[in-house]
Amino acid sequence: MTLISKALVRIANSFVSVLGSLILVFCIIYLLPGDPVLSMIDPSVATPEMIENLRRELGLDQPFYVQFVEYFTAILHGDFGQSLINSDPVLPKILMHFSATLILTLTSTIFSIVIGVTLGVLSAIYRNKWIDILARLVGLFGISMPTFWSGILLILIFSVNLNWLPAMGSDDWKTLILPSLALGFVGAGLIIRMVRTSMLEVVNEQFIVTLRAKGLSERVVMYRHALRNALIPAITIIGMNIGEMMAGTVVIETVFSRQGIGRIIADAIMAKDLPVIQGVIFFSAIVYVIINLLVDLSYSVIDPRVRRSH
Amino acid sequence: MSQLLDIQQLKVDFTTKDGYLTAIRDVSFQIKAGETVCIVGESGSGKTVASKSIMRLIDYENGKIADGDIRLNDVDLTQLSQRELRAIRGKKMAMIFQEPMAAFDPVFTIGNQIIETILAHKQSSTEKARKRAIYLLQRVGISDAELRLKQYPNELSGGMLQRAMIAMALALGPDLLIADEPTTALDVTIQSQILQLLQELKTEFGMSILLITHDMGIAAEVADRIIVMYAGGIVEQATTLQLFESPHHPYTHGLLQSVTTIDSDRSKKLFSIEGSIPGLSDLPSGCRFHPRCPYATERCLNEAPPLLDVNNRKSACWYSEELVKNDSWKKPTLQTTSDLQRPRKKEQPREKLFTIQELSKFYPLGNRTFSGTSSFVRAVDNVSFTIEKGETFGLVGESGSGKSTLGRVLLQLEKASGGKVLFQDQDLSKLSNKELRETRKHMQMIYQDPYGSVNPRWKVGDIIGEPLQVHQSLTKKEKRIRVQELLEAVGLNKNSSERYPHEFSGGQRQRVAIARAIALNPQFILADEAVSALDVSVQAQIVNLMQELQNDLDLTYLFIAHGLNIVRHISDRIGVMYLGQLVEIAPSEELFKHPAHHYTRGLIGSIPIADPRHQREIISIHGEIPSPANPPSGCRFHTRCPAATARCREEQPLFREIDSGHWAACHHPA
Ligand code: SF4
Ligand code: SF4
Repeated sequence: MTLISKALVRIANSFVSVLGSLILVFCIIYLLPGDPVLSMIDPSVATPEMIENLRRELGLDQPFYVQFVEYFTAILHGDFGQSLINSDPVLPKILMHFSATLILTLTSTIFSIVIGVTLGVLSAIYRNKWIDILARLVGLFGISMPTFWSGILLILIFSVNLNWLPAMGSDDWKTLILPSLALGFVGAGLIIRMVRTSMLEVVNEQFIVTLRAKGLSERVVMYRHALRNALIPAITIIGMNIGEMMAGTVVIETVFSRQGIGRIIADAIMAKDLPVIQGVIFFSAIVYVIINLLVDLSYSVIDPRVRRSH
Repeated sequence: MSQLLDIQQLKVDFTTKDGYLTAIRDVSFQIKAGETVCIVGESGSGKTVASKSIMRLIDYENGKIADGDIRLNDVDLTQLSQRELRAIRGKKMAMIFQEPMAAFDPVFTIGNQIIETILAHKQSSTEKARKRAIYLLQRVGISDAELRLKQYPNELSGGMLQRAMIAMALALGPDLLIADEPTTALDVTIQSQILQLLQELKTEFGMSILLITHDMGIAAEVADRIIVMYAGGIVEQATTLQLFESPHHPYTHGLLQSVTTIDSDRSKKLFSIEGSIPGLSDLPSGCRFHPRCPYATERCLNEAPPLLDVNNRKSACWYSEELVKNDSWKKPTLQTTSDLQRPRKKEQPREKLFTIQELSKFYPLGNRTFSGTSSFVRAVDNVSFTIEKGETFGLVGESGSGKSTLGRVLLQLEKASGGKVLFQDQDLSKLSNKELRETRKHMQMIYQDPYGSVNPRWKVGDIIGEPLQVHQSLTKKEKRIRVQELLEAVGLNKNSSERYPHEFSGGQRQRVAIARAIALNPQFILADEAVSALDVSVQAQIVNLMQELQNDLDLTYLFIAHGLNIVRHISDRIGVMYLGQLVEIAPSEELFKHPAHHYTRGLIGSIPIADPRHQREIISIHGEIPSPANPPSGCRFHTRCPAATARCREEQPLFREIDSGHWAACHHPA
């Protein structure tokens, strides 16, 4: 198959994934105990009639499938409904906050890839030397430390004690640094491990012997050949990791009092604000699917066996 | 001629978890300019370590040269830094390896990798390097060189890759080419082509070749001189003619006797050297060959014999001189002692065990979501034959001929796409799962790699006992007794049931696999490349065992292998497959003496002959097996057949009996 037809298949698959997540979210929320109407008005003041009216207004008295179809057609028209709390339209709100979250995810990802790949490679090349031990420690901390903990630690060190960087807010680029570190650390830990193991595997392959027998320098053997092979399995981890990071923003945005989708969804869940929850999840699913698509396509760029399978 | 390579007293150590391990010691030999020297030896002999030490590649594998020196054109390689070595590697000496598939970096194009080599050593423009790469690829016999340059290793066949490997090695015109088992992973037809190519290139490029091999036939064909290694040391060194005419070391003597040839007597058991090759960590004292040597004395146990000059050659045995005068030594192949006599088969009217009728197996080729067409790989295409009770039916053909698929479909491990398999007149495809399980008891398998097919964490007793557990209700004690019986039947110590597979050598593990296969008293055993991975001396032991068991237990074998001489020895009848079809069936002797199909002729002609005096006429087949997804019209072999005519291209030849019991599908049989 050509690259294009492959991409088309993937995109078609992605649509199915998004639709699936939409149905799933809708079902879960539908089945969730608790009446959203009751959380909107105080039942002690409202008459049963008022409640009934509101319910009809919101379409909540309709059978399940009718609600779903209405919801779905609305989405196709770009209408994500209004917040049940303050009647703000959902879409602009999500779009506004999404950019903040995306930037945080992006910086964290870049940070985790740079740290992860560099340390992973060095630790494999200088196996059992001090740099390997350091890298493995970093990896261990990254994986085992909860983000809210490392976040608070970073605030303590860099804001409270050293007073170098702001502890909260989302106004300028300086506020991005600490949250990206806290979040990227987790990914870096995973990537270090993955790159290290796959480098060590690749270095034992027969073709490495060939490359050396050709008289190439160790630098070329390692960085031109071994690394490119080792990155193939690492890409999967990197892709999965971006998703994890988006999920991680929920905690980090709270710790650093940042604007963002994580904050919104935390608030919306507390208030059972259905349209907002649905909207956020829908957008997250789309982003997730896009990332996976990119990861898959990047495979074909880096690995010719995927690109032109026999 | 001057010495190109001069190795003196080489000793190589490897660092392991438990300290130093000496892999080779006291290795000294020379190669003259333009000479081809072969190092032969079985696994664990140190032949690969020796070759890698010359390139100093062992430095990267925790190895180091502990003693001795290696001079290439009078430069001592052991004294050079890695940086200085880099200028020599790939330029003055180059290396090619056993697995061409694994030897190329999978994510770079072939061209990229060849050009990279040239640019690493020479100031040259990329364009010039590219031209050179194209020239080289053409020279090693790759058509469409420009296209190949842009392809990735997974897009080329094994034979093609080995050619590309050779092209890469020759890129800078090295003085010495080291070839480590360069044809072991290839089919005999391709092997013969590659060996021929190497011979031609040697003269053309004016280089010397150091060829590492386990195959005496290859050594006989290409070597000027042969070095025999055993357990980390050289045991004999002589010119090829000397060595084959009169081996001086008992190990060489044994190796040569183990060689099965096209004319060896099939009614005899194969000769085999007793015992197995020792591991590096527990080498025997004195002469390292003494536990397996029939001539060993007290002295051999205590004193290690040095490599001494005897009759114009070198041998490391205390008794070489006396032994060669011995009469029984001189005519080793004519031994007719009764214990070498293979038990006669009971002649009986044969009934059919398997009847295969128009059997086919197609695999869909990828799913073409967008193009909409679907095509098939015709792995087995309309094959009919029978296997008689008590016989050994051999199946040969290049890889891609469909022989393994045929075996699996026969045992219903894969569903046939068409046709029938009758086992004792019962159509296997009509059986229910339960009935099939019952019938399976009578059909067992042995694979190439017994280690890969058993759970390494199981004890040997459990591995052998598992089928008993599944199919029979025995008490614990009965089971234990049965396992002991089985162990003894395959020549293992009956107390070894508590041990783990990794404690056994390759040959012993294959015995375990055989014990497991015969546990339920089957009628039929499929042996798919069962002895192919074993060393020559061990291979013979396993083949002998299989034949003994066949007589004792009245077994029927389907023996699939690419080693033609072994198949010839063990089989009563042989079927030759090409591109999914049977092209010839004949009794073993008849097939090798009078091959009718031109493919069979080519296959047999490709076998290297372990006799340097015999310069064979080369009837090797040119080209490679075409894709089974798109087989040629008419006779599928016509694209490679030397006798093909216009008729062959259009009309598919019928599979017909050309002599009693001899069938072939050819318009112009030889
Ligand atoms: S030295 Fe002794 S044990 Fe070694 S090969 Fe000679 S006879 Fe056999
Ligand atoms: S049928 Fe023709 S092409 Fe085929 S083997 Fe015979 S002579 Fe060759």
